[in-house]
Amino acid sequence: MRYLPLTPADRTAMLAAVGAGTIDDLFADVPADALLSGPVEGLAPHASEMAVERHMARLAAKNLSAGAAPFFLGAGAYKHHIPASVDHLIQRGEFLTAYTPYQPEIAQGTLQVLFEFQTQVARLFGTEVANASMYDGSTACWEAIAMAGRVTRRKKAVLSGGLHPHYVGTAQTMAKFTGDVIEARAPVLSASADDAEIIAAIDDATSAVVVQYPDILGRIPDLAAIAEAAHAKGALLVAVVTEPVALGLVEAPGHLGADIVVGEGQSLGVGLNFGGPYLGLFGAREKFLRQMPGRLCGETVDAEGKRGFVLTLSTREQHIRREKATSNICTNAGLCALAFSIHMSLLGGEGLSQLAALNHDRARATAERLAQIPGVTVLNDVFVNEFTVVLPADARAAVRALADKGVLGGVALGRLYPQDKALHAGLLVTATECTTDDDIETLAATLADVLKKGA
Amino acid sequence: MNAPNASGWKPEMVADEGDVLPATVSGDKGLQLEEPLIFELNRAGQTGVDIDAPTRGPVAGLAKFLRKAPAALPGLTEPEVVRHYTRLSRQNYAIDLGPFPLGSCTMKHNPRLNEKVARMPGFADVHPLQPKHTVAGAFEAIAELSDWLIGLTGMAAVALSPKAGAHGELCGLLCIRAAIEAKGETRHIVLVPESAHGTNPATAAFAGFRVESIPATQDGRVDMDALIARLSPDVAGVMITNPNTCGLFERDLKKISDAVHAVGGYVYCDGANFNAIVGKVRPGDLGVDAMHINLHKTFSTPHGGGGPGSGPVVLSEALAPFAPLPFVQREADGSVHLVEEEEIASTGHAQSFGRMAAFHGQMGMFTRALTYILSHGNDGLRQVSEDAVLNANYILRALEDVLEAPFAKAGPCMHEALFSDANLADGFSTLDIAKGLIDEGFHPMTVYFPLVVHGAMLIEPTETESRAGLDRFIASMRSLAERARAGDEHLKTAPHYTPRRRLDETLAARKPVLVWKGA
Repeated sequence: MRYLPLTPADRTAMLAAVGAGTIDDLFADVPADALLSGPVEGLAPHASEMAVERHMARLAAKNLSAGAAPFFLGAGAYKHHIPASVDHLIQRGEFLTAYTPYQPEIAQGTLQVLFEFQTQVARLFGTEVANASMYDGSTACWEAIAMAGRVTRRKKAVLSGGLHPHYVGTAQTMAKFTGDVIEARAPVLSASADDAEIIAAIDDATSAVVVQYPDILGRIPDLAAIAEAAHAKGALLVAVVTEPVALGLVEAPGHLGADIVVGEGQSLGVGLNFGGPYLGLFGAREKFLRQMPGRLCGETVDAEGKRGFVLTLSTREQHIRREKATSNICTNAGLCALAFSIHMSLLGGEGLSQLAALNHDRARATAERLAQIPGVTVLNDVFVNEFTVVLPADARAAVRALADKGVLGGVALGRLYPQDKALHAGLLVTATECTTDDDIETLAATLADVLKKGA
Repeated sequence: MNAPNASGWKPEMVADEGDVLPATVSGDKGLQLEEPLIFELNRAGQTGVDIDAPTRGPVAGLAKFLRKAPAALPGLTEPEVVRHYTRLSRQNYAIDLGPFPLGSCTMKHNPRLNEKVARMPGFADVHPLQPKHTVAGAFEAIAELSDWLIGLTGMAAVALSPKAGAHGELCGLLCIRAAIEAKGETRHIVLVPESAHGTNPATAAFAGFRVESIPATQDGRVDMDALIARLSPDVAGVMITNPNTCGLFERDLKKISDAVHAVGGYVYCDGANFNAIVGKVRPGDLGVDAMHINLHKTFSTPHGGGGPGSGPVVLSEALAPFAPLPFVQREADGSVHLVEEEEIASTGHAQSFGRMAAFHGQMGMFTRALTYILSHGNDGLRQVSEDAVLNANYILRALEDVLEAPFAKAGPCMHEALFSDANLADGFSTLDIAKGLIDEGFHPMTVYFPLVVHGAMLIEPTETESRAGLDRFIASMRSLAERARAGDEHLKTAPHYTPRRRLDETLAARKPVLVWKGA
């Protein structure tokens, strides 16, 4: 067995050294009737690297990968080009096979990366501080709601209809158990976000207003106006960014008055991965620091006065505070944070803005072309790289028919909102720097064909 | 071969410790490289990505939303970026460099085939919301992993969406709460042994329960009599780690499960230490209702300096109906199907407690774990736990005469060996041993955990260490234990040979600097 260094002779000698006759003597505390006598049913014996690779490749080949088709999906997971050096660097064993940096003298590499990552996230979001990552955007969003509850000592969060439905669902699940109140609403197929409704819903019991920016339909809410209204009632504004590339073009939420900014960092460096692992981003005002969830890396000095980094403020965390911790999170998304940080270091602030501008250009080109198809209406005229079109019928059928013709044409709103028929004609379309003119033409021609045939 | 040494130089003639060598101009010392922050390397206007110029500007309506200035973030060319991160990587210890005997963390070798498979475009470059018929292979891979996780644990079902171990704990407790509510009951208490990992009480609190602590016996196990005495109709369940954090098998778990079930409660098992029993013992046979599996421990997905993890939760028949959305279900005809919000009513899953996170779970970890399971097979997995336990006992017996091993007399340990600081000289602590181990070129063991042992040192070698490697580690540990007993003051300032010496954690917490404040 290629992964197990002990030889039969080693095992015999070691058993003798520990005074055991057989290996089962070391399992003596396991009740006899609980010790398995045979192999696990159905599981084959060990297999060669080549045999396992062949099996897994066969499974992988049954999937249509994003790079093999004209591809227009988004809705919280985005296909961007990842520079080759990112994946090379994160596979260095010193990063890949290190543990959480509990021994800082031999983990300065990881710790400095986390400090740089926190700074990058804070500057991207326009917040004063940021943490060392959460699991993903949806869980970061719930943690922000919970944190706003601790800060304001209130229990009711008002969610924008533009918040990703999986994020809403995650918050609703958690709130059932914590006693928080989640006031959610479905989106409406209109050109602009539901700012007015959100502002009207804020009252003196509201802990947080949670607004996605840009929102699930690609629209851009007026965060500054919502922040003002929230603060007037003593509530916090939580801004949720599912597409960080958009922040190369539109203003950072923290600069518009958001108190907590959370997001999904997958777009930069991480890849689609069929939904995970992804990367939760979490930034906030410094005055809320001690209410923040998750790991924090801080600067300090060593015994010789040299600058170094450590995990800090761990008195908020589960391994110290146990049942009084700000969150139960332990392992987070370290390697994804590294990938994000490397991609961001390659881009720089100006590169990110250029990338966002190119994404916007590609989305404009796509929207202009789709608008020419009979029966297709582009819903929102303000967007960054993701927008909604309205089809004559349920978009799920069109998406399926497009896929049958080798085109991954977008996310049907019916997939995200199965219960809400008013949304089913909606199709969410995303373009990025990966989208070519040929892709756009193929999508448009195939969609026109599909709609003509009545899908 | 032995040429005469004309200079008369001998290895022992190195400079005395008191001698001060001249500092280098660069601050580097040979291969010991200093590295500034990326922000300090910044050269304005540089980028490592060539981006085509757009032909269309922003749509008119976007004007009022536009950024006033690009984010103040450094951009560097590719050679500068590659060098920055490569230099930083050299300041890390890693399992690729040597043993990483962190107890309860299961730092084993990460096979590179797993990395290769996870990066196959059919797994890595697939969107979670693609039409389901375009991702049949992904669902099949998930279903295969599910089959083996269920088979290895003897449980009825598995929820795959939890993102890490602690998220899995939450999933298990939310299933328990949903099951209790479905019976029309209200229960407030979760019993947690005092030796538990900190996530256990934190998770129970986040699931809305009150935590009551259960003491340990003299031999390092849950005090079953104390536990049973606390059982009442207000107890929702217990959270037990097995093997426990003292490295011991909880012999009475089945009896505890029966007693908990008798009062209508549920048994949560923390599966952090599943590596000790995989292929040998099925938790389902011990009456467990829910257990998370850290794929990044037992099934060797890389820890990555703190994640990503993955925490699938196996469930008993009693809890399976409450599993979170979404999940992959194998149909009678062998086909595999994803159950999301859309399908819960039609597929009889209306009792699901809901969604815990966006999308379908840590696919990149599933493919690695499945690759690991298939590589080892039924014989290899059994050998994994046997070798892990043998290696830990080998360390236990090799060190018990120089370090106090509080539970060693009662019998063997499982996958990790636990020592206390009782034998060290006055003024010497577990921390000094740990830092001395760093100078010896090893990552330290888990220290000061579990809390039930004073100055705990918890050593988990895992099955991927060779006998020769264990002997080297043991030699260093014996030397350190003897130095600490002899009062060697050098230990108290260790480590001496690392890129940084002991760091001032108090300063970091008192005056938090969490972001770079430069321009």
